[in-house]
Amino acid sequence: MSERTLRGRVAVVGVGETPYYKRGQSPDAEFKLALAAIVEACKSAGISPKDVDGFASFSNDRSDASRLAAALGIKDLRHASMQWGGGGGGGSGAVANGAAAIATGQAECVVVFRALAQGQFGRFGQGPRASRISGEFAHTIPYGLMSPAQMFAMKVNRFMHDHRVEQSALRAISLASYAHAQNNPRAVMHGRPLDAATYDASRWIVEPFHLYDCCLENDGAAAMVLVSAERAKDFDHPPCYLLGAVAGSHYRAAAPVHNTPDYATSTFKTLAPRLYDMAKVKPSDVDVLQSYENFTGGVLMSIVEHGFCKPDECNDFFQPANLRAPDGTLPLNTSGGNLAECYMHGLGLNIEAVRQIWGRSTSQVRGAEVSMVISGPMVTPVSACIFGAEATL
Amino acid sequence: MSAPYLKPGLAGPVASPDGLDAPFWNGLNEEKLLLQRCGGCGKWQWGPEWICHRCLSFDMRYEETRADGVIYSYERVWHPVHPALKEQGPYLVVLVELPHADDVRLVGNLLGDPRAPVVIGARVKGAFEHHDDAEPKYTLLQWTRA
Repeated sequence: MSERTLRGRVAVVGVGETPYYKRGQSPDAEFKLALAAIVEACKSAGISPKDVDGFASFSNDRSDASRLAAALGIKDLRHASMQWGGGGGGGSGAVANGAAAIATGQAECVVVFRALAQGQFGRFGQGPRASRISGEFAHTIPYGLMSPAQMFAMKVNRFMHDHRVEQSALRAISLASYAHAQNNPRAVMHGRPLDAATYDASRWIVEPFHLYDCCLENDGAAAMVLVSAERAKDFDHPPCYLLGAVAGSHYRAAAPVHNTPDYATSTFKTLAPRLYDMAKVKPSDVDVLQSYENFTGGVLMSIVEHGFCKPDECNDFFQPANLRAPDGTLPLNTSGGNLAECYMHGLGLNIEAVRQIWGRSTSQVRGAEVSMVISGPMVTPVSACIFGAEATL
Repeated sequence: MSAPYLKPGLAGPVASPDGLDAPFWNGLNEEKLLLQRCGGCGKWQWGPEWICHRCLSFDMRYEETRADGVIYSYERVWHPVHPALKEQGPYLVVLVELPHADDVRLVGNLLGDPRAPVVIGARVKGAFEHHDDAEPKYTLLQWTRA
């Protein structure tokens, strides 16, 4: 029996993004944004949207795959999948699902997409307004624990306590995103640099998160086109192969009311070894990393859990220079990421990882051949993937 | 009973429509902490679930246990995400572990000065905070430094 793997079976051949707006500022409806990103991704690939035969998304995206197929005149829809779970934990899982459909012959050309218009729909970062609450939230909301920042801060506080992590480690992650955004004209925070003193003086949202430790909330859409590795050579872009993709979570990660036994984690401890096994790379092979910043503390724990740094060495590792393209030890979030480019639930991070392989990032890491994405730390399920250039096969 | 820790206006808890956590909320109203204990293996389990994750017994019962424990983690919230908390100022949320009940954890507020340092591992005692004016009335389990 042949090896069961996605390694080298599927490639990204096109990416597309709408302009990125501040939340509520999109002039277009969410579904129109989705269509625009998909059309743009197909243009990037040099194919007609009518030749797409599958859609994969995550986080309960509201742009229904069948409506997309009807709107775009798609001839033969063969795949439509949604990765379970809210937040950005499915950003790489959706890539995995689309790739699996292609690798197993269920589809030929799958578009992975995510669209968000928070003016048209609700905001993430605000508490619910109901007068009564039942279910798991009844055990947290009446105590003032209701927003994503509040749901995750206790995990990070416990990790920082256990490993004596200082605030400067979180600050380095934020500074890296903002520095890279200054090179990226698409970034919402382009032209708005951040320095350490401004970070230190910024208000607390919930300790240990300052304002600049928290992701943006944006309107926009992003999409990427997947085809089989055999077909990828016929496209204009240099092939960007998927080397590995994983999703899931550890033992009882979702035990209700903060009862998961392993609490102070980004949820990647069981995934990271599987990811490296499939991709046949090790942490030192990774040239550039995009790690989903819902909050910087999740980035920090996810980088530890992927083996880039030992838990007790965070204060040394998380220095701004280490995280900067092109020369840092681990160039991080080179588009500006969710903190400073755009919060597209992390699909923008997947696209940036592809750009690094194509050599077209605005903060390019020279000769990047192994490009990794970590999606949605601290939620469940989470996911991650690694892209590679031709030379990595 | 002194004033509630948080300003009024947040959603009040009601038992889930399927009844899974009704004994917990009813117990708090009577100043009793009732948590799930498995009739099969005798282990405590929380949050509420229909089955024991250890032995897969459906014989999940509610039993009273002591409302005291240790601070497993905490957070100091500054930014209000709900209009009711606009004038609240900082407040403390704690995750309390109950060593005498197989280390199950509960979320609550740490009563007292919200700007005071919080020590992970410190012992805390439960305090029942009644909201008798609410419809339906409910009780929250809060925590004080022991």
